[in-house]
Amino acid sequence: MIDSKRLTHLQRLEAESIHILREVVAEAEKPVMLYSVGKDSAVMLHLARKAFYPSPPPFPLLHVDTTWKFKEMYKLRDRMARESGMELLVYHNPEAQERGINPFDHGALHTDMWKTEGLKQALNLYGFDAAFGGARRDEEKSRAKERIFSFRTASHGWDPKNQRPELWNLYNARKNKGESIRVFPISNWTELDIWQYIHLNDVPIVPLYFADQRPTVERDGMLLMVDDERFPLKEGEEPVMRSIRFRTLGCYPLTGAVESTAKTLPEVIQETLLTTTSERQGRAIDKDAGGAGMEKKKQEGYF
Amino acid sequence: MTDTLTKTDEPIYKTDALIAEDIDQYLETHQHKTMLRFITCGSVDDGKSTLIGRLLYDSKMIFEDQLEALQSDSKKVGTQGQDIDFALLVDGLAAEREQGITIDVAYRFFNTEKRKFIVADTPGHEQYTRNMVTGASTADLAVILIDARKGVLTQTRRHSYLAHLIGIKNIVLAINKMDLVDYDQAVYDGILKDYTEFANSIGIKAFTPIPISGFKGDNITGPSENTPWYKGPALIEHLETVEVDQVSDQEKPFRMAVQWVNRPNLDFRGFSGQIATGTVRPGDAVRVLPSGKTSTVTRIVTLDGDLDVAVAGQSVTLCFADEVDCSRGDVIAASDNPPQAADQFEATIVWMADEEMLPGRPYWLKIGTQTVTATVQHPKYQVNVNTMEHLAAKTLELNAIGVANLSTDKQIVFEPYEQNRTLGGFILIDKITNATVAAGMLHFSLRRAQNVHWQATDVSRDFHANLKNQKPAVLWFTGLSGAGKSTIANLVEKKLARMNRHTFLLDGDNVRHGLNKDLGFTDADRVENIRRVGEVAKLMTDAGLIVITAFISPFRAERDMVRSMMQPGEFIEVHIDTPLAEAEKRDVKGLYKKARSGELKNFTGIDSPYEAPHDPEIHIDTTGMTAEQAADAIIARLIP
Repeated sequence: MIDSKRLTHLQRLEAESIHILREVVAEAEKPVMLYSVGKDSAVMLHLARKAFYPSPPPFPLLHVDTTWKFKEMYKLRDRMARESGMELLVYHNPEAQERGINPFDHGALHTDMWKTEGLKQALNLYGFDAAFGGARRDEEKSRAKERIFSFRTASHGWDPKNQRPELWNLYNARKNKGESIRVFPISNWTELDIWQYIHLNDVPIVPLYFADQRPTVERDGMLLMVDDERFPLKEGEEPVMRSIRFRTLGCYPLTGAVESTAKTLPEVIQETLLTTTSERQGRAIDKDAGGAGMEKKKQEGYF
Repeated sequence: MTDTLTKTDEPIYKTDALIAEDIDQYLETHQHKTMLRFITCGSVDDGKSTLIGRLLYDSKMIFEDQLEALQSDSKKVGTQGQDIDFALLVDGLAAEREQGITIDVAYRFFNTEKRKFIVADTPGHEQYTRNMVTGASTADLAVILIDARKGVLTQTRRHSYLAHLIGIKNIVLAINKMDLVDYDQAVYDGILKDYTEFANSIGIKAFTPIPISGFKGDNITGPSENTPWYKGPALIEHLETVEVDQVSDQEKPFRMAVQWVNRPNLDFRGFSGQIATGTVRPGDAVRVLPSGKTSTVTRIVTLDGDLDVAVAGQSVTLCFADEVDCSRGDVIAASDNPPQAADQFEATIVWMADEEMLPGRPYWLKIGTQTVTATVQHPKYQVNVNTMEHLAAKTLELNAIGVANLSTDKQIVFEPYEQNRTLGGFILIDKITNATVAAGMLHFSLRRAQNVHWQATDVSRDFHANLKNQKPAVLWFTGLSGAGKSTIANLVEKKLARMNRHTFLLDGDNVRHGLNKDLGFTDADRVENIRRVGEVAKLMTDAGLIVITAFISPFRAERDMVRSMMQPGEFIEVHIDTPLAEAEKRDVKGLYKKARSGELKNFTGIDSPYEAPHDPEIHIDTTGMTAEQAADAIIARLIP
């Protein structure tokens, strides 16, 4: 008699992600993992450590930095690189740096130059032919139709009409000259899966996901955290201590907090399940260009 | 897509009260949920988007802000006036939105108390067989939607055939829009009878019929009062409890394709992969294929500690007691029940590229973690997916499904697709464009591969060559028509003959008068032409000859195929490089004129491509030297 062991949904998702990570390492010449220090990146990194244990993951971490992330993010980033035994590459777009591009004065240009352009420059500089990203299909409509292996032209553009069919768990990683691949190993995970996995596996995440008293100001209906002295206070603005946490992390001046008292993971999950707004709502990036905002960004080369 | 979902005030799936009361208990329960992946198949009018919209909405997967965005979108581009158009929620890309057609596979996610669901939403549109096969390949179950007012349609048959072809054993027949036929049992019974007849005829042994209304919510989450005559499960109930294949996969013999060898230091050597079927424990005797070497599993290594047992579906790393050779592409299997290896097969092939299949052309074939070169023969037949009739076919075009024999350049470890999706399902990849051009399912190996042995002869190829006091070679001339191939080849042969070398010149025009007179000039025939010439040239090198061939041979893939037939170093590619304008100016045979006037079709350089070699052994620029000089240069390279 053979034991019948039913794999849970998290076990099946984990096995699928590990399979994808290993396929890329076996077939790509120079892979890299894009590491944004958010919770999705945290899970992706943890899966990579599982996939190759006892070896460290055989590729570097790449952080395309904007210099405007939360301090806590930089701290965790450096710690995780140390603990995983992986090389950490941090890239700053020199032109954005020189021109002092920042989210307060430059709006959409900030994301374009630091993130979209910065990413292209970094990939070209190091010659990576495959980059892991932590995007999930449940985040956004155009992502729901993106393949796990997503090909980019030499100029990093995405053509949604010309995607390769993906059958079974057979991934075709062959690419033409100049092309590169974005690979999304956690495509099939939902926000709740991510939280449950972090909970079950004690995956380290940035403390900002948990509620605490933090200095904030309210602007355009968003609660922003005054993370450092670069935050230009408008007249009459005075940082107020509030118990807040973040559902998603990006550049601190662009990331809205929610008022919360959830100090533990189960409490955070509880709050997530009881809320009625979707996750990316806290980010300004999706709001431009209407419903197809992210799709347009991607055709331009945003991850 | 034409109907809408009324917004009910009370979702049927209320947020679990446990979330607010005892989150720890809730998490504990939900960590043990299983997963079901399914596809929905139906045509544009079957109410598929509405059904998916309802599943998402009822399971609280639509957030308030999404609902607001949806309401505003519905007013802007919706087809439902002031009502919510749920199709907009389910359809994704901007281009499709304008067309109002789902053109690809999209994946949606929702949860119930018992399971997590991943829905592959596949289009019902005629042209997109490829998308449905893609979506179905990862599905545990298929929901086939039927409009109760219309009954079993051509597309119902097509979807059912494809689901069955890809090996989905759990099929749900959702007879939708029951509200529009007054929940009439007679309508339901009639459709059921028609469908049962059809299902039996194509080999579907069992399916679960459910009368529903996606619009009104009947038999979606619980039994409907409107169908008291229906005693079966509601749709969600069925999806929550149906057994997935993964369980039966565990009962099969152990197989794992090796993805990656884990070697952090000299003391550790592990083999990483995802278990395809069966279970494995430390102490199990295993066999590595195709080598057949055996060993014993000592450890199942994971970051969370060693495992006592691992089952189908898990990704693990295995360590062995012995130092056996094992690398990516090998298959680790139960020692007493291993799979076979072979190099000739019969298979079903689903063609997925705009460019049609070229019988005889080498493609990459990826199966499990093995990648080899494969050539497909002319299809035995093509299946009409609407009528299931077998049709004669010379090739397969986009969205065509056919059965053909194929051969691989080396043995692959396999099992029939019916028994093992991982070791029986493959993709074909174009060697030039790198596109995935087909999906396939192996039926069985052809006995021929095992029983036709190479006839060993006593006079060896080396003996032939030594007798002639020369090293055999193939001088493979390639270039446009009129480039000067035949002229230079002829000179080369004359000069070699004078040097007492034993040669033979295979000329394109001459071969087409005899050996290849049944072939025309389509891409498929050009491939076969070159394959035959390659085989003849190979026999001649076995006889010790220096073979000179003069063929346009426009495709890189075929030249590479011939190269791979020959002994290393014996294939010498000679690119007779004459610009098109120059060749056309010379037009020795008057062919360019005919091609330009349209009298001659598929003419290389005019309406058929020429793929110049990237890195030929010899490159002859005819604009810079005479034929005499070219011939001398070639001989100097051949006989230094």
